[in-house]
Amino acid sequence: MNDIDERSFTTPDGRTIGSEILSVKNITLKFGGVTALEDISFDIKEGEIRAIIGPNGAGKSSMLNVINGFYHPQQGEVWFRKKLRPPLKPYQIAYQGVARTFQNIALFKGMSTLDNIMTGRFTHMTSGIAAQAIWKGFAEREEIENREKVEQIIDFLEIQKIRRTEVGRLPYGLQKRVELGRALAAEPKLLLLDEPMAGMNVEEKEDMSRFVLDVNEEFGTTVALIEHDMGVVMDIADRVVVMDYGKKIGDGTPAEVRSSQIVIDAYLGVSHE
Amino acid sequence: MVSVPSAGRDYETIPKLLIRNSERYGLNVAYRYKQFGIWHSWNWSETAIQIKSLAVGMVSLGVEPGDHIAIIGSNRPELYWTIVAAQTIGAVPVPVYQDSVAEEMVYILDHCAAKYVFAEDQEQVDKIIELKGKLKTIKKTVFLDPRGLRKYDKSFLIDFNTLIASGQIADQELISSFEKRSAKVTGDDTCVMLYTSGTTGNPKGVVLSHKNIIAASASSSQFDSLRPADSALAYLPMAWVGDFIFSIGQAYWSGFCVACPESAETMQTDLREIGPSYFFAPPRYFEGLLTSVMIRMEDASKLKKKLFQYFMHFAKVVGPKLLDQKRVSPLDKALYYLGDKLLFAPLKDTLGLRNVRVGYTAGEAIGPEIFDFYRSLGINLKQLYGQTEASVFITQQPDGEVRSDTVGVPTPGVELKIADSGEVFYKSDASFVEYYKNPKSTKETKNKQGWVATGDAGFIDPESKHLRIIDRVKDVGKMADGSFFAPKYVENKLKFYPTILEAVVFGDSRENCTVFINIDLTAVGNWAERNNIAYASYQELAGNEQVYKMIEAHIKEVNRSVSQDSMLSSCQIHRFLVLHKELDADDGEITRTRKVRRGFIEKKYSDLVNALYDGSKEVSTRTEVTYEDGRKGQISATISIWDVEVFDKSVEAA
Repeated sequence: MNDIDERSFTTPDGRTIGSEILSVKNITLKFGGVTALEDISFDIKEGEIRAIIGPNGAGKSSMLNVINGFYHPQQGEVWFRKKLRPPLKPYQIAYQGVARTFQNIALFKGMSTLDNIMTGRFTHMTSGIAAQAIWKGFAEREEIENREKVEQIIDFLEIQKIRRTEVGRLPYGLQKRVELGRALAAEPKLLLLDEPMAGMNVEEKEDMSRFVLDVNEEFGTTVALIEHDMGVVMDIADRVVVMDYGKKIGDGTPAEVRSSQIVIDAYLGVSHE
Repeated sequence: MVSVPSAGRDYETIPKLLIRNSERYGLNVAYRYKQFGIWHSWNWSETAIQIKSLAVGMVSLGVEPGDHIAIIGSNRPELYWTIVAAQTIGAVPVPVYQDSVAEEMVYILDHCAAKYVFAEDQEQVDKIIELKGKLKTIKKTVFLDPRGLRKYDKSFLIDFNTLIASGQIADQELISSFEKRSAKVTGDDTCVMLYTSGTTGNPKGVVLSHKNIIAASASSSQFDSLRPADSALAYLPMAWVGDFIFSIGQAYWSGFCVACPESAETMQTDLREIGPSYFFAPPRYFEGLLTSVMIRMEDASKLKKKLFQYFMHFAKVVGPKLLDQKRVSPLDKALYYLGDKLLFAPLKDTLGLRNVRVGYTAGEAIGPEIFDFYRSLGINLKQLYGQTEASVFITQQPDGEVRSDTVGVPTPGVELKIADSGEVFYKSDASFVEYYKNPKSTKETKNKQGWVATGDAGFIDPESKHLRIIDRVKDVGKMADGSFFAPKYVENKLKFYPTILEAVVFGDSRENCTVFINIDLTAVGNWAERNNIAYASYQELAGNEQVYKMIEAHIKEVNRSVSQDSMLSSCQIHRFLVLHKELDADDGEITRTRKVRRGFIEKKYSDLVNALYDGSKEVSTRTEVTYEDGRKGQISATISIWDVEVFDKSVEAA
């Protein structure tokens, strides 16, 4: 594949996939003697839905944590929007336009849905403590603008009913949706979803898939997601990275990946000599 | 005859009322809609401009007079505008239930040969696209919400906003053709076509003219003196005649504001925010609301519980009297005022019913306790009786004459007649023109003089002069002595007791009435626990003597109330038994929607029915039951049969 390239192409369903937004090159991540990621390289193109799949312990979440800046790899480079990214703190990366959700929901349980999603707007708030305290003028205008954006997200995710409900009281599927809402509130260029459909029933999975597709289509957000449900991945992803034991063992369209012998072996559990 | 305000030539159609409203109440709010957490509003002049643009847009789209336009979606101002815009240019709006699946829609869209569809969102558009192959008549589909439709074939779809915009920038030629067309629309033209979801056979398209709708709206608005300052929440399906009359007919006639909720799920919150003064809900809504209040009271602190019990008990006596403006002692008045400050007002506010001046319920029998609960809070909840063919209103309860067991007096302009069979007939300017493309059914329902058969049996209550509906005509029989046998009427009275889950009354062509009772295991089990009654199974509890005693007391009370009905006093229960098993859909005894299958039960338990009539004190029986996995088994039981006291009318009168 030709890497840094301005040529864009159009998918069969009519979306435009641009040049790469992020690429990781030769990433190796070690925890003491354990190698979590070994020499991994792949790219994510602007406007696509990129899935990362693999058996338990394959290093998928570690990979997401590297992209997100939570882990710093011992070797390798992360290129974001055609610039080599120096080691940064996760919040600095958030300011660059990368938002994520977590495998285990990480919401503020005691706060309402509205407030939780509002926290996702922190990257867009500039008024200082003093201005907030005085409230009139700039801080107020800024809050109204942010609230408007948040309300659009609430409408988009169809969670108007739980706008004022404490998040801790919501069922699991809805909490996942609120978490997606908070990530969307940052208006990210790249959205990282760590198992957005884990623990959901079929109906909830369908809803969530719908939302992921709509986010991608309506906002043009690039999505990278980790998912176990192969059916979902095959349905919604444009390209798939397959990982096993910290190594990349496959990369391509869902159809290519599905027919790859190495991938099948990894999933069916062939013994590793 | 009661006088009806004359609609006059000027206001003979809905579009003409719109023009009147925009001139007379231009700055009053006509529509509210909550989106992105904020209530947006349009006043009458803005509404008139929007509707005109939309109508011109429809002309440019190619809509011809008489074309049927299907409207599918939840209550939104844009869809209400679509209805009126279609009427303005002589097209016929056909609202369709938005939750119908594609196959159900196909019949309606095919029957009316809809040319255009206005769909709310992707969900509805998908259904239309799925049906496109079967429905050759559909030319274009207009959508409100573009989300998810980006990739769809745009030659078939149009954005609602594009359509309105095309109306706004239309050239003179288009506008003059619009004006010519709108001038031609008269009161005899079709205002709306609504499909009734009949229980048998295919739905029928009820054609209602502008004259019908205006007649119904004018007389009913006058009946409750609805005015521009009123407001309503439009949350019931747009395809239902009630919503059409409340949200368009009466709203345009009286000039009041219609608010559309943010989504179906947020209705309760939106209701509280709007606090409508005119409100309709089916009995099950009020039932559900009361249950949720009771559950929340269970969790309240002791003091609050005490206050609630004390004041609700007091309000039950005084509240309805105050509503009916009857005499109340100054002390009671003062106490009610205190109760209002402490309890009733905050409770009504939480329920969203604080401002309700006129509230209605209809559709099925409402339990007297439920009805009384709302009335004792000071909510003017009333009952009405109506159907699609009548443009809703046949009878309504006037203020001050509200009872839980009647449906009121004829709406002004409606004549009522009760046939020998007991069937209720009515005649009014509001009764429908015809069933679309179905002259046979039209003739069966509406005769040459304009009398329309309701299919319901009822009678005029001699005391209150109100109409009372007892049952569907086909279910009403005759007893051996020739008097009416109305099983559902008695069964409903029995089922209002929480301990009675189901009741099956027998008596068609017999000397007297008897009943099978099915106890409600949860309620009776709870009662048994409180009264230290031990039981091991449903069957044992059902056969318990104390349970029998309790049921006997209930039936006695029902008999007493039935005896007061001159027409139905022979429907009193003479003997009863409590069934040893719960009636079950798996055994075919009730339908999946929990309607009793009387004939089947009578046949299956013929030994028990015989025992009810041969005077025996108990009966042994074996019954086949079907388990959930489909296996069958037998249960045998010995069931006691008890006699119940019946009352004479003369005794009651004393």
